[in-house]
Amino acid sequence: MEEIQNKIRREVVQLLSEGQVDVVIGFEQGSLPLRATPFFLRDIADANRLVWSPFCENNLATYLTKIQGKRVGLIAKGCDVRSVVALLVEKQIHRDHIVIIGVPCQGMVDRRRIEREVDGEILKAHQEGEEIIVEGRDFRKSLPRKEYIYPSCKRCEHRNPLIYDTLIGEKLVEEAERAYHEVEAFEKLSPDKRWSHFSEETSRCIRCYACRQACPMCYCAECFVDSSFPKWIEKGLDPSDVQFWNIVRAYHQTGRCVGCGACERACPMEIDLVYLTQKINRDVKELFGFEAGLDLDPPPPLSTYRVDDEQEFIK
Amino acid sequence: MKKLPKEKVKPFVEKLLQDYEVLGPMETAGFASFGRIMSPGELKLNYQNSKKTPKEAFFPQWEVMFRYRSTGQSVEVKSAEDTGRRRILFGIRPCDIRAALLLDLVFDSLDFKDPYYINKRKGTIVVGLGCNHPASTCFCTSVNGGPFSREGADFFMTDLGDGYLVEVLSQKGRKLLRGFDGKEASEEDKERAKAIADSATRGISSVIEADGLMEKLEKLTEAPFWDFLHEKCLGCGICTYLCPTCHCFDMADEAFDLKGQRVRCWDSCLFPLFTLETSGHNPRPTGRERIRQRIMHKFNYFFYTHKAIACVGCGRCIIHCPVNLDIRRVIDDIHRE
Ligand code: SF4
Ligand code: SF4
Ligand code: SF4
Ligand code: SF4
Ligand code: SF4
Repeated sequence: MEEIQNKIRREVVQLLSEGQVDVVIGFEQGSLPLRATPFFLRDIADANRLVWSPFCENNLATYLTKIQGKRVGLIAKGCDVRSVVALLVEKQIHRDHIVIIGVPCQGMVDRRRIEREVDGEILKAHQEGEEIIVEGRDFRKSLPRKEYIYPSCKRCEHRNPLIYDTLIGEKLVEEAERAYHEVEAFEKLSPDKRWSHFSEETSRCIRCYACRQACPMCYCAECFVDSSFPKWIEKGLDPSDVQFWNIVRAYHQTGRCVGCGACERACPMEIDLVYLTQKINRDVKELFGFEAGLDLDPPPPLSTYRVDDEQEFIK
Repeated sequence: MKKLPKEKVKPFVEKLLQDYEVLGPMETAGFASFGRIMSPGELKLNYQNSKKTPKEAFFPQWEVMFRYRSTGQSVEVKSAEDTGRRRILFGIRPCDIRAALLLDLVFDSLDFKDPYYINKRKGTIVVGLGCNHPASTCFCTSVNGGPFSREGADFFMTDLGDGYLVEVLSQKGRKLLRGFDGKEASEEDKERAKAIADSATRGISSVIEADGLMEKLEKLTEAPFWDFLHEKCLGCGICTYLCPTCHCFDMADEAFDLKGQRVRCWDSCLFPLFTLETSGHNPRPTGRERIRQRIMHKFNYFFYTHKAIACVGCGRCIIHCPVNLDIRRVIDDIHRE
C-alpha cells in the first residue's frame, strides 16, 4: 500500500509540474477512522497528502462531469475507470482532458459492517498486511480485510483499470465470478417476499438523493424528481412516491450502471436495492451482449437504432 | 431526585405507553434511529446519537397541512392536524433537546407562530438522557451545550449502571411520576451521577472555535475559499436532513381533479431546486453558493436573527457525509482564512 501511495505521489508531482493537468482528483486522509476523503490537488507541495488505502471508497469519476473545462488527473480504481469508459461512450467527457492514473484495486472495506463488529466507537483504524486493525476505548480487534470488503467489490470482475495513461503497481489476477449472485438469489424468492423486501427497504428512504449524487452515471442536468413542470412525482414520503423514485433511478441506469456500488455506499439509510440494477445489467448483457464501461466502441444499446435490427418489436 | 433501577424501566415505560405516544431511540436495519415505540423492548437507550433525529416529532419530513375539495360552488378546506396527541420523547440526547430549543426560535417566535409545529411541540414531554460516553465527533460543549445539559428537558435521566438517576425539571415532567415506581436517590447515587457527568464533559474531544466565527464569516462572503470547499461535496441532502437544527421546507399542492392536499416537506439548501425561481434564475446556481449557504446560515445568518449558532454539535453531518466533508475542518479552515 505504502509503495503504491508513494508511486501515486511521484506520478502526480510529475503531471502537475509538467503542466499536463490543472487538478488531480485523489484521496487524502479522512477525519474519521475508516475514512479517506476525496482530495482536489493543485499544488505540488500538497502531493504528500495523497493517500491510498482500503478506505478510498468513493467513485471519483463522479466529479468528472461536474468539473468540465479543466484537465484532470484522476486516480482511478477499476470501477472508477469503468465509469470513465461509460462516460466517454455517452460523450459526457473528453478523453484528452483526462489523465487516468490507474490503480489496481483490492477492494474497499465496508466501514459500516466493520463498525457493527465491535461494541463501542472505533477511534483508530489501519491496515496491517491482510488485516484491518480497529481500536476503541477498550478494545482492539483485527479483521480479515478480504472478508470485509464491500459487496460490490466482492463481485467485481474488473479490479484492474481497463484503460489508463499510467498504471501504478502490478496488475491483479481477476477473481470474481458469479457477478450476479444477489439477483439470482432474489429471483428465487416468492413474489410476496420480493415485494416485502422492496417495500421494507424503500420505506427507510429519506429522499436525500445521495445515491443519485454519488453515481457517476447520474449526471442529468435536471433529474426527473426535480422537474416541477411537468411534475412526475410528488415530493413527500408517501410510499408510492418513494418507491417510484427508487425504481426510476434504477431503470434510468439501464445499460449504463457500471456496478461500482457508489449508490449503496452513499445511502445513509443503507437501503439495499442493488438487485434492481443488477437485474437490468444482466438483462442488457443477455439481450444485447453489452456491459457498461467495458468497451469504448459499441454505442450503448438503449441509445442507438439499427435499421437491420434483428429484434421484431423494434421494426 | 429519584432513582429508577434498571429492572423497573420496563414497567415504567409500559405505564407511559398507556397514556402517551412514546418516541424513543430504537434500532432500524442495524442503526439507531428515533421512532415511535410500541413496547419497552424496542427502546435502545445505550445508543450514540441516532441517525434520524427526534426533530421529526415536531417537524416531520412530510406532513399534510390541509385537504381541500371543490364542490363546484364552494371549496371545503379541512385541517389535517391532529391536535389531541399526548407524546413523550423518551431518552433524547441533550444536543437534540437544544436543537428543539433552536427550532422554537424559528417556528414559535414573537412575530411568527407555526401552529403545526407548536401543537406538536406543546403536546410533547421531553425526557432527556445524559451521554455517558460522547462520541469522538460530538462537539456540543463548543456550541453552548454539554453531554449533561438539562436545558429544555422536562425530565432528565443519568445512567448509573444499575439504574437511572431521575430528575424532574418542569410541571410537565412531574406528570410522568404518576407511573413511577422508584425510590429516592441516595447521596452516593447523586455523587456518582455528578462524577459521570464530569468525566463525560471532560471526555468531549472535538472542539470548534465558535468565538469570532460569525465576524470572520462576515468578511468571507466572496472569498475564494468557497470555490474550493464545495468541490468534493456531492450536493446530497444528508447533512441537512440528518441535522437536528435544519428546518427548511417546501410546500406543494398534491391535487387531482377537484380535490387535493397541501403538504409541507423538508427542503435542503444543497439541492438545485432550493432557490430556483420561476424565471429559471437561481441565485445559488452551483455547489459553491449552496454549501456557503449551509455554513453561513448556521454560523452567521441564524446568529443575526436569533443570537444563537444553528448547530448543536451532534456530529451527524460528520459521520454520515458520504465524502467525509467534516464541518469541524471547515470551521478550522475558516479561521485560518
Ligand atoms: S447505479 Fe450505483 S452501482 Fe450503478 S453506476 Fe450508479 S452508483 Fe455505480
Ligand atoms: S441515498 Fe438512500 S435514502 Fe437517500 S434517496 Fe437514495 S435510497 Fe433514498
Ligand atoms: S452530506 Fe456531504 S456530500 Fe452530502 S451535501 Fe452534505 S457535505 Fe455535501
Ligand atoms: S451541523 Fe452537523 S454537527 Fe451541527 S447540529 Fe447539524 S448535524 Fe449536528
Ligand atoms: S438553509 Fe440549509 S443549513 Fe440552513 S436550515 Fe436550511 S437546510 Fe439547514
